[in-house]
Amino acid sequence: MSIFEYNGSALVAMVGKNCFAIASDRRLGVQLQTIATDFQRISKIHDKLFIGLSGLATDAQTLYQRLVFRHKLYQLREERDMKPETFASLVSALLYEKRFGPYFCQPVIAGLGDEDKPFICTMDSIGAKELAKDFVVAGTASESLYGACESMFKPDMEPEELFETISQALLSSVDRDCLSGWGGHVYVVTPTEVKERILKGRMD
Amino acid sequence: MECVFGMVGKGFAIVVADTSAVHGILVHKTNEEKIMKLDSHKLIAASGEGGDRVQFSEYIHKNVALYQFRNGIPLTTSAAANFTRAELAAALRKNPYAVNILLAGYDNHTGPSLYYIDYLATLHKVDKAAFGYASYLSLSMMDTHYHAGMSLQEAIDLVDKCITEIRSRLVVAPPNFVIKIVDQHGARECAWRQSLPSASPTFC
Repeated sequence: MSIFEYNGSALVAMVGKNCFAIASDRRLGVQLQTIATDFQRISKIHDKLFIGLSGLATDAQTLYQRLVFRHKLYQLREERDMKPETFASLVSALLYEKRFGPYFCQPVIAGLGDEDKPFICTMDSIGAKELAKDFVVAGTASESLYGACESMFKPDMEPEELFETISQALLSSVDRDCLSGWGGHVYVVTPTEVKERILKGRMD
Repeated sequence: MECVFGMVGKGFAIVVADTSAVHGILVHKTNEEKIMKLDSHKLIAASGEGGDRVQFSEYIHKNVALYQFRNGIPLTTSAAANFTRAELAAALRKNPYAVNILLAGYDNHTGPSLYYIDYLATLHKVDKAAFGYASYLSLSMMDTHYHAGMSLQEAIDLVDKCITEIRSRLVVAPPNFVIKIVDQHGARECAWRQSLPSASPTFC
């Protein structure tokens, strides 16, 4: 079993009309055994920037701590929040620093940039950025997620429709992956509010 | 064949560990304490390679004590867990410790808590957890019978059910177990479950 599949994860981010949604599964496992069903994979960097980290949980936790540190330092120096594009470059740089001994993580970054334009991107474990206009996926269920998102996605969805779409895409994909699932965690972010919802799917 | 498991009840956290010190096929002693008292209201139950287990537990114990000496107040359970994770994570890519830890503690404001920290430094706050071969036998027993806010008697009954399961289904089951508890009155030994009287020399 690959080190990326040790803990199991599923992450997806989608762009809507002046909003974005980012969703993850909730399982924390150790290969075939489930340890917890309330694991947080998506973290807030600031009100308009979220990062989800799939892959090895310990590296996701370490990387998250380093990113929060760097962002807080940026906030102290620049007296403002980081733009999503800048943050993505920071994550990419941090990952490439460890090129020959990498963090076994695949991040999914989603945020609202200048003029609240939604921004999403993903990258591999050594920081190769993949910008997309519609959706990005990561984790052990990524292949299922690609298919589900490709068929369910429409451009310019309103927040409520976006929530429905991303939830259905996530739940149907994790149902085909034994290493991820046990519900879902969805954040729908508009310029004015952040809505956090827990999904109940197949609990197995 | 090391067995360590624990759960959180109403106002207390309980951890159970086997007490066999084994080298290959030889049992050196049957009353080895694998649950260390970190401070007045914290317990650290460690399982893993003998040298690493003792050295790492003692290292954490000394650093937790140092914090209290320097700052005049004890660390919270969450802080101690995060410190332990940080030490494991820092060592992970240099000279890793092969130790799995369950950290149980009681804080005045937040009540009892149990933290799962595996040897890769994956940290998660849990209600019930188990490491080693015990996990295959006790996790599902706990899933069935555990509920939030159990009384001490209910928790001890569940612990006994788990121990019975381990003794009957594990091919080389450890004969003796120690049960330790931490609540508002502090961390202390609760009970032993011995099916073999101690065969150890008297000086340990």
